[in-house]
Amino acid sequence: MVVQDLTEKYGDFVAVDRLNLDIGEGEIFGLLGPNGAGKTTTISVLCGILKPTSGCVSVGGHDVNRELQKVKESIGVCPQDTAVYPFLTIRENIELFGNLHAMPNDKLKENLGYVLEKMRLLEWADKRAGACSGGIKRRLNMAMGLIHDPEIVFLDEPTVGMDVQSRHAVWDFIKELKARNKTVVLTTHYIEEAEQLCDRVAIVDHGKLVALGTPAQLESKSKEKHLEDVFLKLTGSDVRGEE
Amino acid sequence: MSGVKNSLNLTRIMALVNKDIKKTVREPAALFLTLLFPVMLMLFFGLAFGRAGGESTYQVGVVNLDAGGTQSRWSGYLVGNLTRIGVIKTTEYTSNETAQADLAQGKIQAVLVIPRGFGQSCSSFWTAADPSLWIRASVQLYLDSGSMFATQAIPPIVQQALEVTIRGLQQTTAQLPIELSSPSMIASVRLTTFDYMAPGVFAFATIFLVLIVSSSFTVEREEGLLRRINTTPATPSEFMLAASISNMFSALAQGVLLFLVSLIVGFHSSAGPIGSLMAFLILMIFSLCNVGFGLVTATVSKSSGVANGVSFIFVIPQMFFGTFVGAALPPDIQAFGRLVPSYYVTDAMTSLLLRGAPLTSPAILLDLAVVSVYSVAVLMLGILLFRRCGRS
Repeated sequence: MVVQDLTEKYGDFVAVDRLNLDIGEGEIFGLLGPNGAGKTTTISVLCGILKPTSGCVSVGGHDVNRELQKVKESIGVCPQDTAVYPFLTIRENIELFGNLHAMPNDKLKENLGYVLEKMRLLEWADKRAGACSGGIKRRLNMAMGLIHDPEIVFLDEPTVGMDVQSRHAVWDFIKELKARNKTVVLTTHYIEEAEQLCDRVAIVDHGKLVALGTPAQLESKSKEKHLEDVFLKLTGSDVRGEE
Repeated sequence: MSGVKNSLNLTRIMALVNKDIKKTVREPAALFLTLLFPVMLMLFFGLAFGRAGGESTYQVGVVNLDAGGTQSRWSGYLVGNLTRIGVIKTTEYTSNETAQADLAQGKIQAVLVIPRGFGQSCSSFWTAADPSLWIRASVQLYLDSGSMFATQAIPPIVQQALEVTIRGLQQTTAQLPIELSSPSMIASVRLTTFDYMAPGVFAFATIFLVLIVSSSFTVEREEGLLRRINTTPATPSEFMLAASISNMFSALAQGVLLFLVSLIVGFHSSAGPIGSLMAFLILMIFSLCNVGFGLVTATVSKSSGVANGVSFIFVIPQMFFGTFVGAALPPDIQAFGRLVPSYYVTDAMTSLLLRGAPLTSPAILLDLAVVSVYSVAVLMLGILLFRRCGRS
């Protein structure tokens, strides 16, 4: 995945400012930043939801401007806000997204059992999503983006609002994705999550890349013991608005 | 996984259709608007104004100015034809003023003025093959505008009675320019007010798809579901096609259910199986028009709450001018009905279901053409606007 001089503007507001990234196959890549830093905007461009104002973006070897359909076929997305159909059951929600990727029936059935088990949703599989707790909906939110076993996965704050058990289930699953050589782009506000999971992290602020490297490299370079201290040192301690 | 660019994928379309149908069945608001509300409406009108609610009859005052004429038998035939179907009872008046006074006091629901020369005019239809040689006459009808049902029921009965009087029962529909006035149907069935209202209820029910579609799209947008679907290979064309198909299914289910309910509560359908299928087809095409209006509404509305309000910009005119509701309006205002598609749907449903008109009838074909063109144009406009400005 290659991002070259990506700029994204909303009117006069520059959400992403000449961002450059190069994410390797099988890598878990963390995108960190305070609220409003441009993380979700960056992911939206990488997923093809937003068109870049300028710059080049290639995902899975496909240009997002010219080969958007191929990009969409190779990615799985877990959005920041829970987006599930409340009138469908957990199983039906996941099946719907499998079918939107035109999965063959036998493969869909096989993957459905797998993600239900991994996301610990089996017990509620036939319950309407609207009647489930917030934690279950969050796990469903993630399962819907992974049913088709994509090569590249975008997880936008996947563990927000989850209890400790659910969070660990998600972490285990992300580690398993890496073991299966999947590329994962993860945004999170939980620095320890990034520290535990990510091979490399990029810290962005005001749409600009302010640091890039492995957690250990960033700590060493900033002469800080923890990644959270590095983060605060680079982005300041002012409270930010929502993105 | 299908990777053919720009081609429609059946799996994706069926998955989206399945999702929309489950929404209709499982969400109480959608189920109520799509099926329960129209059924309740049909039941109410059927029980109140159909056979189950008792026979409806109307008092019509007849002022026969041609009574002493040389061809006065024709006016007698007209009065006889008016009363033979049982819905109308006539009272003879010697002066129009007296009749108008009784109409104003609510003693009668209509006044029919048969002009001098009416008989000669009827005779000229048979004696002169060239229409330019016919002796023209105008039968005047005054209605009690306060009685919605009288204004709905009486004009078509009078028109049919005129047709039978002039052309006779022996004429075949093939030789007549207006097949809608099928004499055999008039002779054999005692129609009720409900029979004249029911065809309009079908169009009335389908109009509410505007509300369902606009609400559905705005809710999906608010909850990030449209954005989420946009990250999958599903194309906008597949998404819109699925929405159109699922709403056509809704319209079909609605039409069939309403038809069955209308029969149960006493609607006299004169349509055969083919005519009924044609009626359902017209309803399905009309549903596309309301999907289009729903998409336009969703595009201009920032939230589902706003969409519910904006929907009525499209619902109210169609409801008032294009269904049974509009019958209570003055004739000048009723003319606006020709601007709304529901008018043509109601007209076609009335011709097919009530009058048993054949599918090849020019009136049916014209209605079908207008509804089809209108629906495709509005749907295209809705899709275009929604794709450009309504998805985010």
